[in-house]
Amino acid sequence: MNINLTLIGQSITFLFFVLFCMKAVWPALLSVMQAREQKIAKGLENAEKADKDLELAKQEAGKKLTEAKSQAATLVEQANKRASQIVDEAKAQAQMEAERIKTAAQAEVDRQVSQAREELRGQVSALAIAGAEKILGASVDANVHNAMLDKLAAEL
Amino acid sequence: MASENLTPTAYIQHHLQNLAYGKLPAGYERADGTIVSQDMWTLAHTSKEASDMGFWCLHLDTLGWGIVLGTIFSLFFWRTAKKATAGKPTGIQSFIELIVEFIDTTVKGTFHHANKMVAPMGLTIFVWVFLMNLMDLVPVDWLPIAAAKISGNDHLFFKVVPTTDPNATLGMAFTVFALMIFFSIQKKGAIGFLKELTLHPFHSGKIYIDIFLIPINFVLETIALVSKPVSLGLRLFGNMYAGEMIFILIAIMFGAGAILGIFAGALQWGWAVFHILVITIQAFVFMVLTTVYMAMAHDTHEDH
Repeated sequence: MNINLTLIGQSITFLFFVLFCMKAVWPALLSVMQAREQKIAKGLENAEKADKDLELAKQEAGKKLTEAKSQAATLVEQANKRASQIVDEAKAQAQMEAERIKTAAQAEVDRQVSQAREELRGQVSALAIAGAEKILGASVDANVHNAMLDKLAAEL
Repeated sequence: MASENLTPTAYIQHHLQNLAYGKLPAGYERADGTIVSQDMWTLAHTSKEASDMGFWCLHLDTLGWGIVLGTIFSLFFWRTAKKATAGKPTGIQSFIELIVEFIDTTVKGTFHHANKMVAPMGLTIFVWVFLMNLMDLVPVDWLPIAAAKISGNDHLFFKVVPTTDPNATLGMAFTVFALMIFFSIQKKGAIGFLKELTLHPFHSGKIYIDIFLIPINFVLETIALVSKPVSLGLRLFGNMYAGEMIFILIAIMFGAGAILGIFAGALQWGWAVFHILVITIQAFVFMVLTTVYMAMAHDTHEDH
């Protein structure tokens, strides 16, 4: 219980340990801890950034996808339109061709009919005269009865 | 009990005496009747001899255990600090960092100035004082008996808890006090420090009144200043001394029969568990108060 030299001894010891801790222990430990703190903070920040990037990439991908889809839809629509247009055009052309062929055929038929009629007409007068000659037993003067024959032929 | 036919009083007294190594003056009559022919440095054989050595006396057990425990603390922390990496910390490193973090937060909470010494000092105080207090949990007779057997001297005094020696606690407290005054003067200058001692708490602003107030202030402030290290050191000493005293009293019961012995065992266990709390709290209180005193030394009282 006596106060003596031990007090001073203990003071010196205390001061020595404090100085040792201050020089050799504390700064080293604290710098390591601070370095780790920074590392963790940076890691977290990076993770957050990566998350954000991922989110952005997802958004971008979604946007691209919808764009592509709409583009594809437009393309299909255009193709459909074009196809129906081609079909329409082909139809119209075919119709026109058919019309043309029909007209040509009609003209040919008309021509042949009129030709046949002409021929018939020519033959009718001769046939009529022959018939009449047979009926009348006398020759019919073609020149006299020409007007009547012509009228007959025209009626055919 | 330590040895044959000891009275409880002698047992307690034996346990409360440090291993004193000091100077006996010429002409001093020692306990065994021999007269010291000239001044000599020697181990005290009785408590009376130890107290007669006066100031020139070293408590070898207090200093020895203090140095051993401080060295354990320093080497342990130093080794860890050397091997510490900023990557994933291993078990020991995590443990050390936990303590360092705890001290750092506590110190930063009370001490807001730039000083490279305060935080490491807090760590040293906390761990070192804790380790010294921890010696209290070693059953009171183990180490003294071991020391007696090794030295071959059955009456060797050996106190293993440095903090139950007021020299140790006051030694640290006065070092803290010296640092307080040093930082005060460094921060505020000698004039500023003197002003702090003389112009607080009473201050009128008029010189002819202040002249009468200065002596009153000086007495009050000096008492306040000096009471800080004294209370700091005696608080730790008192707590540890009382704790050890109870361990010693319990230990006396071991010599009084089997039933009391078992009872004493239970008591010792209970007190030790409770004491774990006490030693930690005392180490913490010593550290926090040191930090607070350092903060007071750095405060320039500009808000007054």
